[in-house]
Amino acid sequence: MERIPKALIVLTWLTSAVFVVALYLVLFWAPQEAIMGDVQRVFYFHVAAGWVGGLAFLVTAIVGGIYLARGEQRWDRIAVASVEIGVVFTFINIVTGSIWARPIWNTWWTWDPRLVTATIMLLIYIAYIMLRQGIEDPDRRARFGAVYGIVGFISVPLTFLSIRIFRTIHPIVVGGSDPTALGAFNMTADMRVAFFFSLFTFTLIYVTLLWHRLRLQHLAEKIEERKLTALSA
Amino acid sequence: MPPTTEIVEHKIETSADGSLRAYLRSIGAIVWKDLAAEFRSRELIGAMLVFAALVILIFNFALELDIRTRETVTSGVLWVTFAFAGTLGLNRSMAIEKDRGCLDGLLLAPVDRSAIYFGKAIGNLFFMLIVEAIILPMYSVLYNVNLFQPGLILVILLGSIGYTAVGTLLASMAVQARTRDMLLPILLFPVLIPLLLAAVKASNGFLQGFEMAEIMPWINVMIAYDVIFIAVAFMVFDFVVEE
Amino acid sequence: MIKVRRLVKTFGPKPVLRGLDFQVGQGEFVALLGPNGAGKTTFLRILATLSRPKMGEVIVAGHHLPAEAAAVRRRLGVVSHQPLLYGDLSAEQNLRFYSWMYGVGDLEQRIDEVLHLVGLYPRRRDLVREFSRGMQQRLAIARAILHRPDILLFDEPHTGLDQEAAAMLDQVLREIASAGRTVVMTSHDISRAADLADRVDILSRGVITASESTDALDPIQLTELYRSVTRV
Repeated sequence: MERIPKALIVLTWLTSAVFVVALYLVLFWAPQEAIMGDVQRVFYFHVAAGWVGGLAFLVTAIVGGIYLARGEQRWDRIAVASVEIGVVFTFINIVTGSIWARPIWNTWWTWDPRLVTATIMLLIYIAYIMLRQGIEDPDRRARFGAVYGIVGFISVPLTFLSIRIFRTIHPIVVGGSDPTALGAFNMTADMRVAFFFSLFTFTLIYVTLLWHRLRLQHLAEKIEERKLTALSA
Repeated sequence: MPPTTEIVEHKIETSADGSLRAYLRSIGAIVWKDLAAEFRSRELIGAMLVFAALVILIFNFALELDIRTRETVTSGVLWVTFAFAGTLGLNRSMAIEKDRGCLDGLLLAPVDRSAIYFGKAIGNLFFMLIVEAIILPMYSVLYNVNLFQPGLILVILLGSIGYTAVGTLLASMAVQARTRDMLLPILLFPVLIPLLLAAVKASNGFLQGFEMAEIMPWINVMIAYDVIFIAVAFMVFDFVVEE
Repeated sequence: MIKVRRLVKTFGPKPVLRGLDFQVGQGEFVALLGPNGAGKTTFLRILATLSRPKMGEVIVAGHHLPAEAAAVRRRLGVVSHQPLLYGDLSAEQNLRFYSWMYGVGDLEQRIDEVLHLVGLYPRRRDLVREFSRGMQQRLAIARAILHRPDILLFDEPHTGLDQEAAAMLDQVLREIASAGRTVVMTSHDISRAADLADRVDILSRGVITASESTDALDPIQLTELYRSVTRV
């Protein structure tokens, strides 16, 4: 059994500590928003989760490109790990958004461009995972994953753009779903601190999870190899 | 078996002088092959057409396409029909290559892999356009609307190009997976959303006689989509078919 | 014509070829024997440029693989256990399609020539999906030699054929080989391999474990040898 690397242990504890600080900043330190009240506090982690989702999928597209160029399996491991984390955080992003939207927009769900784009993005990466599950040969799985990771990522800004145009052409929407119109607010200096600290915290969480996931993958492959040598011996 | 002597010392036409010609000839050969096979069997277009007609029929009752609602939903109904019928065609067109190992046959030929992609994509585009060319007058007659407007034709062309460009790439992957037929729509539709949205809005714009200024953004989205994804598919297709 | 040194191929963590060495001279007919899962098909797919080697050196007709795959493809004819033909096209149309893909110059004449060779000229306008397995396999050979390749790779061409079709195939194979081509054929039929080939190589667990000239050994000795080197 391989030991967990020292650096990873340190990083994990550090991330936990930073997360506690972020919780404190978001829940107690940042001032209460004048109109929306405490529910506005969802905003900090909501945006941070969305940021990690986007970052994770960007990483997948980039390492996918590197994998196609070099054909080294380790890039593919990063791609999968990153997608899995990205899917979870995009989901958190959508759920926290709904929690916020319920009292502010008076609905769980609206057809706002950001909301719809996030959901379509989530569907793309669920499709990514399903594609990989359908392929047995590891090299082919990695190649297809890389291709779809790139194609999917490129389509996201186009989706956002087209839904944006869709909205500007049809400005009359039920309940006024435009977030800049309803539920918009100016951040105070303290809010800004909590906001950027949340972004930093979630990025750190992403890195920590990615490392753990890669280690897990590595161990799973080790076991697979041992099984093969045991069988063929 | 009549005896024949084999001549080994015989060079085939080298493509060094006309490598572009060889490239185009291979694309043409693949398109010809797909059309000739389809002309014999009529399976693919037949299935796509029947399916498309059924989709429109279902929409007719589901949406109660009376005169007022019809005007606003026609473009949506058309594009959903094309998109669904299209996956049928894409699946079938790639399954033909996979079933008797023909994809290997294509890969063994001394041509660039992108020629295989363009050949298949153009073939798929043809099938898509043929189906659309039959569905449009059918819809026009059924609902007494004139769908033969140059603007709408342009939108359908742009939409079909983008659809087959992405569809051919993703279908080549889906067909090599265990869950092949099931997988294609799941892979394809989320990526297609910007194109389909633009196509629906632009078609609707032309049908309702909107001003060009309102339609142009959608046309631009479609052109951008087509250009970007043809370029991406061109670059990554090698990795989809090679081992 | 073919030279392979220390070839390694893996599927994920699973090794298939483990440092395989192999060599075929000009005009030689080599049969590759081995139990199922020994890596015969994988090896042939690498020679056919359809699969990339993981490590090692592969030289076919003086070109390195996979770097110069395009140059190799031109000189290669491949028959796999799948026919690589389109069922909804006629025999003639299939050959015409592949002639275009390979840029065969005198195509009409050449198509007739290969159809005569494999004895399918009278059936040239029939759809391939109406053909029997043996006829499909013969047409597959016609397809493989259409562009006059000097190296031919056959992956278990006799699979699924009845006695008569197999005998007919043997005759076609002999005719092709006698024209001075280099042939590599995988098989698990020892006596047939001994009958057709100049040399028999035995592939077991990812390496060549024996290589014998068929002149030196009779089929019974060969079977003995096969048993001894493939035993697990």
